[in-house]
Amino acid sequence: MNTVSYDGSFDGLLTAVFEVYEYKIEQPFICKTNIASVSLFGKLHCVHTDETKSDRVLKKLKDKLSRNALLQLRKTFLSEIKDIENVLLRYIQYVLANKISVENNFSHPDVLMLQQTSRKVDREKHRMEAFVRFQCTKDNLYYAIIQPDYNVLPLVSKHFEDRYADQRWLIYDGIRKVGLYYDLEKVEEVFMHFETDLNNKDQLKAIYDEKEELYQSLWQQYFQSVNIKARKNTKLHIQHMPKRYWRNLVEKKVFNKQ
Amino acid sequence: MNTDRITEKLSILADAAKYDVSCSSSGSNRKNKNKGLGNTGNGICHAYTEDGRCVSLLKILLTNVCIFDCAYCVSRKSNDIKRAAFTVQEVVDLTINFYRRNYIEGLFLSSGIFTSADYTMERLIKIAKKLRTEENFNGYIHLKTIPGASEELIKEAGLWADRLSVNVEMPTEKSLALLAPDKTQKTMLQSMEHLKTAIIANREEKKLFKKAPSFAPAGQSTQMVIGATPETDLEILYLANGFYKKFNMKRVYYSGYVPVSNDNRLPAIGTPVPMVRENRLYQADWLLRFYGFNVNEIVNLENPLLDIDIDPKLSWALRNIHLFPLDINMVDYQLLMRVPGIGIQSAKKICAARKFSRITWEHLKKLGIAMNRTKYFIHTDNVFEKKDWQPWQIKQFILSDGNSKYKPNFSPQINLF
Repeated sequence: MNTVSYDGSFDGLLTAVFEVYEYKIEQPFICKTNIASVSLFGKLHCVHTDETKSDRVLKKLKDKLSRNALLQLRKTFLSEIKDIENVLLRYIQYVLANKISVENNFSHPDVLMLQQTSRKVDREKHRMEAFVRFQCTKDNLYYAIIQPDYNVLPLVSKHFEDRYADQRWLIYDGIRKVGLYYDLEKVEEVFMHFETDLNNKDQLKAIYDEKEELYQSLWQQYFQSVNIKARKNTKLHIQHMPKRYWRNLVEKKVFNKQ
Repeated sequence: MNTDRITEKLSILADAAKYDVSCSSSGSNRKNKNKGLGNTGNGICHAYTEDGRCVSLLKILLTNVCIFDCAYCVSRKSNDIKRAAFTVQEVVDLTINFYRRNYIEGLFLSSGIFTSADYTMERLIKIAKKLRTEENFNGYIHLKTIPGASEELIKEAGLWADRLSVNVEMPTEKSLALLAPDKTQKTMLQSMEHLKTAIIANREEKKLFKKAPSFAPAGQSTQMVIGATPETDLEILYLANGFYKKFNMKRVYYSGYVPVSNDNRLPAIGTPVPMVRENRLYQADWLLRFYGFNVNEIVNLENPLLDIDIDPKLSWALRNIHLFPLDINMVDYQLLMRVPGIGIQSAKKICAARKFSRITWEHLKKLGIAMNRTKYFIHTDNVFEKKDWQPWQIKQFILSDGNSKYKPNFSPQINLF
């Protein structure tokens, strides 16, 4: 087995795929540079991300795959699941080896894996669109922290840009330490380090708009009022709103404190 | 803004609105206009209450003052409860501020009827108009149409709202007369008819002039209360089917009656909410709308009630066991969807995959098909899972295999041990 290491970017992965073909690497095993280890009898091949190479792979894939399948490929990559690079490599090899379109052959394990993984990522993306809770600061910035299981920030950008076009907002991924900032003109990726625990009431008062506390408490009130006690169904509640998301949900904070 | 007062109003008027189960925020495709606020799309559920229902819209009443006395309703005139009313500005502020914080998809505004139907309707329209014109709000707005409101007002409401709905309330005229003496089915149907006509006219206009203003782009819906009166599922589903066919309804909602009154015309307080029945009705509703089932295949004079312990698709399959087993590699898409355990998504995947190779039992498992029920109704090349089981045997196998959360509710008898 020969280890192929890359920098962790999508372009990097496509470059690695290109070089597997270019150098006819046998039994390749792709992994990120920082965790690359060489097997006893194998060699290490270091990939330097090269856009001309990744573009060529992408172009070839565009000829072979539908828009949807291409998107699935990217979403699967963003899942950051261990060894997903090698699933993607095998998938690409399978697609390129066939003259006809094979993206719907769900009886093939890698095709099925891509379909299922991209769905998981999609679900997480959708959850983030639902569970982002903006808090308004004194200078009118709407600010939210998320801790998604997968790296979905790049996928939600357009949704929030289209929807909140008239307010400045910042969504910060507390796990990957990267944020999206919209300045009324465009969305930018920003890297920074943030205190992710801003749930403290005193801090709230210092940073946030004077109305912020009112609207948070109104939302909590509303959330309690629409519940029908006679229909209590905790299992369903938790199934739809898993506990790991609660720390960033205004309406669940009230219950945490009790 | 007086903080305590607004909090109290919100709690009263959200509490009174929660029995309307409609929560959908999809079906409209309103774009964000001139860098304003909001848009609509497939709809997002932003939260789920502890009863497991989704919260996607700010669902409130403008007021719970009502001149009507419908027995099943919390806000009925004769009920001794706190009354409150929002001002137009309060509703606008709440909607905008909740929306900006990504709490909601939009507003679902309903109201008790004060003074007259037209007077109430005018107030609702005023709020929707203000949101659209003054706040450039492009999020979702669902307005309740007050039965008996004039055609002109309904037409205006549709210009600002994404969806309009008139609640039919009870499955039959007789029950309505018994429980809601101030309402008649005729006025409701009339309002629905107005809506339908206006929606169809608008869709035609849009075909000719793309820029023509949209009228209720997400269409109309309705809801009825289930379990407060003795109607059978047959009556309920035939009525729902009529709404889909004759009024082009987007949705019919079934609201299991939550006892809110000691009125002896109604189930007593403490009676459990008929949640399983409600669930079965929704399943039947889905079969009607997405699976190409005819209403008389689901319920008919011999089977006027849906089975409580198994879902309506499985009931249908067991009644029509002579059609099975089907060859998974041959059966066409329409029939494939009818196999218990196979849904629309799975049916599509199977159809796509069998173009490449023959589907085996293993493939089906990997695709995530519910094999514990599917296996009795299909066969593949070399695997015949079952012999000639009788329908009642299959039902027993599936029930003992499955672990329905509703199981305790199935048996009409009390378990001793």
